[in-house]
Amino acid sequence: MANLNINGKTINVEVEDDTPLLWAIRENVGLTGTKYGCGIAQCGACTVHIDGVAMRSCGVTVSEAVGKQITTIEGLGANGALHKVQLAWIANDVPQCGYCQSGMIMAVAALLKEKPKPTDDDINEAITNICRCGTFQQVREAIHAAANV
Amino acid sequence: MNQHVMPKLNRRVFVIGAAAAGAGLALGLDIPFGGPTVVRAADGSPEINAWVVIRPDDTVVIRIARSEMGQGTLTGLAQLVAEELECDWSKVTTEYPTPGQSVARKRVWGDFSTGGSRGIRTSQDYVRKGGATARMMLIQAAANEWKVPSSECTASNSVITHAPSGRTTTYGKVVEAAAKLEPPTDVKLKDPKDWKVAGKGLKRLDTADKTTGAMIYGIDVKLPGMLNAAIKDCPVFGGKVKSYDDAKIASMKGVKKVVKVGDTAVAVVADTWWHAKTALEALPIVWDEGDNAKVSSDSIAKWLAEGLDNAQPAYVGNQNGDAKAAIAGAARKIEAVYNYPYQNHATMEPMNATALYTADKCEVWCGTQNGEAAFAATLEASGLPAEKCEVHKLMLGGGFGRRGMTDYVRQAVAIAKQMPGTPIKLLWSREEDMAHGKYHPVTQCKLTGAFDADNNLVALHYRLSGQSILFSVRPEALQSGMDPAAFQGVAQTGEAAIGYSVPNLLVEHSMRNPHVPPGFWRGVNVNHNAIYMECFMDELAQAAGQDPLEFRRKLMGKHPKHLAVLNAVAEKIGWGKPAPQGVYRGIAQVMGYGSYVAGAAEISVTDGSKIKVHRIVASTDPGYIVNPAQVERQIAGSFVYGLSALFYGGCTVKDGRIEQTNFDTYNSMRINEMPKVEAVMVPSGGFWGGVGEPTIGVAAPAVLNAYFAATGKRIRSIPLRNQNITFA
Repeated sequence: MANLNINGKTINVEVEDDTPLLWAIRENVGLTGTKYGCGIAQCGACTVHIDGVAMRSCGVTVSEAVGKQITTIEGLGANGALHKVQLAWIANDVPQCGYCQSGMIMAVAALLKEKPKPTDDDINEAITNICRCGTFQQVREAIHAAANV
Repeated sequence: MNQHVMPKLNRRVFVIGAAAAGAGLALGLDIPFGGPTVVRAADGSPEINAWVVIRPDDTVVIRIARSEMGQGTLTGLAQLVAEELECDWSKVTTEYPTPGQSVARKRVWGDFSTGGSRGIRTSQDYVRKGGATARMMLIQAAANEWKVPSSECTASNSVITHAPSGRTTTYGKVVEAAAKLEPPTDVKLKDPKDWKVAGKGLKRLDTADKTTGAMIYGIDVKLPGMLNAAIKDCPVFGGKVKSYDDAKIASMKGVKKVVKVGDTAVAVVADTWWHAKTALEALPIVWDEGDNAKVSSDSIAKWLAEGLDNAQPAYVGNQNGDAKAAIAGAARKIEAVYNYPYQNHATMEPMNATALYTADKCEVWCGTQNGEAAFAATLEASGLPAEKCEVHKLMLGGGFGRRGMTDYVRQAVAIAKQMPGTPIKLLWSREEDMAHGKYHPVTQCKLTGAFDADNNLVALHYRLSGQSILFSVRPEALQSGMDPAAFQGVAQTGEAAIGYSVPNLLVEHSMRNPHVPPGFWRGVNVNHNAIYMECFMDELAQAAGQDPLEFRRKLMGKHPKHLAVLNAVAEKIGWGKPAPQGVYRGIAQVMGYGSYVAGAAEISVTDGSKIKVHRIVASTDPGYIVNPAQVERQIAGSFVYGLSALFYGGCTVKDGRIEQTNFDTYNSMRINEMPKVEAVMVPSGGFWGGVGEPTIGVAAPAVLNAYFAATGKRIRSIPLRNQNITFA
């Protein structure tokens, strides 16, 4: 049993301490926007923010997440408005199947917080999520668009 | 190793399954377009016909039978209907009819299958007619109300106007009357040059929910009282479960039940999937692996290599002249052997399906590329008749051909059947997904070219050895044993025809079917055939001392559409002009899925093993383009898929099972490795080709030919990681 702070709310989840945060979020909290892709922190589909840092939630246990501020794709926007990355994603029609995009958007939102005007090299270094549809061209364009809002 | 177990289907299901799989072209014009009996949508709004429902507030609901898996077909098909309907695009929404509804209505929505780049091209005719018919009925209803000839009325943006009197009305106001009219029989479709909605790069209709986490994929299904299942199928294909010790995990957290799934798999059902997976990993299972456990990549390669020997039997797929005699008598010949490995689709969302079985109903929720095939699988696995089964289609987290198969649906139903009344969500781990793919087939190819004394190519012998997909998944499509699809891209005629004329040509296939199950992997047989042919064309050009582009052009005089796309990429990339210092170019072309495509790459190579791809140019002639923005994305995505397979892919077999287990051993390109793809779309009209797949064929050979230009070294074996070549 653990108290998790997710999207600004404290939520009590009845899981073992070593449960990956990903599965606590999906199955115990019921927020399914965070996706399972590999379970070994390779693909990035499960990326969330933990204390503002983009982390792969399949590789973080519930006990490690206790006491931290966790943000999922559902909580990225504020006051009922979408985050600028989400708006840029819509404006640039980025997603194809869309399955990896929650994680991609979370990774990009964290990058822009750290580097508000990232260069292509910054993007290449920070964004390591897998997209099997191959949306990288639109992802790159949308990152620059969001940075220039 | 050449033994293969045919799929066992009872007759009733076979008929439905076969119809679902292959009847696309047979449907066409027989699809009815409404009638005097008004059919109503769930909210009570009338259907004008199966494709169009209009609500009183003028909302237009367009029915989409094909599946959306990222390729944009949902938006494209809606554009085609809306174009003919003359409706207000901002009021368009879409919905999937279910396969059960379609079967109950004599397959009113036609083929649900979404593969072979057919989503748009094989339904464009009848969905446009659906839109046009609805428009004519709406106009007629308004004309009847105004007591004027319908020929005096026009429709635009969901508004009907009678110009002589200046009266107007909207679709929502006349829909009830329109739905009661007899549909017209003489329906004329617009000339695509007059399109206003179709042909435009409109935004997709399914984007918003994909940016907020709200989109529901199969993996996200939640039903009251639902339990979760994790599964392990015998890692050796064809092996069986010998025994398992469920007492060992009975007390583990959340575990509800351990069930056998068919003869080959065991599933653990638990409160959460994490508990199910954790318990499954602790479950002792003894497998009867059978003789297939002796098979390895080496033994497969050896067996395929024997098939390259001309003394071995082979099916002839394309021939003219006498290639063997011409080669024997030629002034000079060159020969090369290439190979292409197994590949896993590796959809981002692993296979999953949710099933609820009761004594008198079986329902399935899943992402599927073929709703009707999933429906047939549900019937077969549940043992219930069609009227007691239903499949609810959800967004696919990638398809690429994998979700045209129904193995995961059968498994979910088989588990649910052992727990009647409880909804069961079956989810494969990534490891299970890697171990039980339907793999891109493994092949080798020996190519022999012969020149006369003046360096003219006089003969080409293309001898393919390897696995047939159809033999495994659609044996009824074989022609006297031959797999016609094996010749995709090198066929004489049809939607994947060769682009070269050679005086003496022989294209043949020695079919060898290892035990690893093959499937349609985005691009299918075009992928390896394009690599073999296009890389060897470069070898022939080099042997003849000619420029690769000029060498091809001489052979393409009778193939103007192939040549046009090749010329388009050559011009755009600047072929013949100097490349930047240290940058080298490669070029390739192929025809597949009714479309003509070409690609060119600019790369640099460091230390012979580090490749940087600087530029990619790709040209496509699919006849017509419904949404250029989505076609551009399919072209770019094809390079990511094709180059991921070239650099990082390749599934190997050891002890009868696949060795790769996850993205750490089966990697995929990231954003830093992928340049912008410059798409040159040259739709020439008069035919309808597909766009989701053909471009993959040119991705690898364009880069491999550039690699030769840079290093003087030919690469004839894939993936590149086996030769320690990777991205810079």
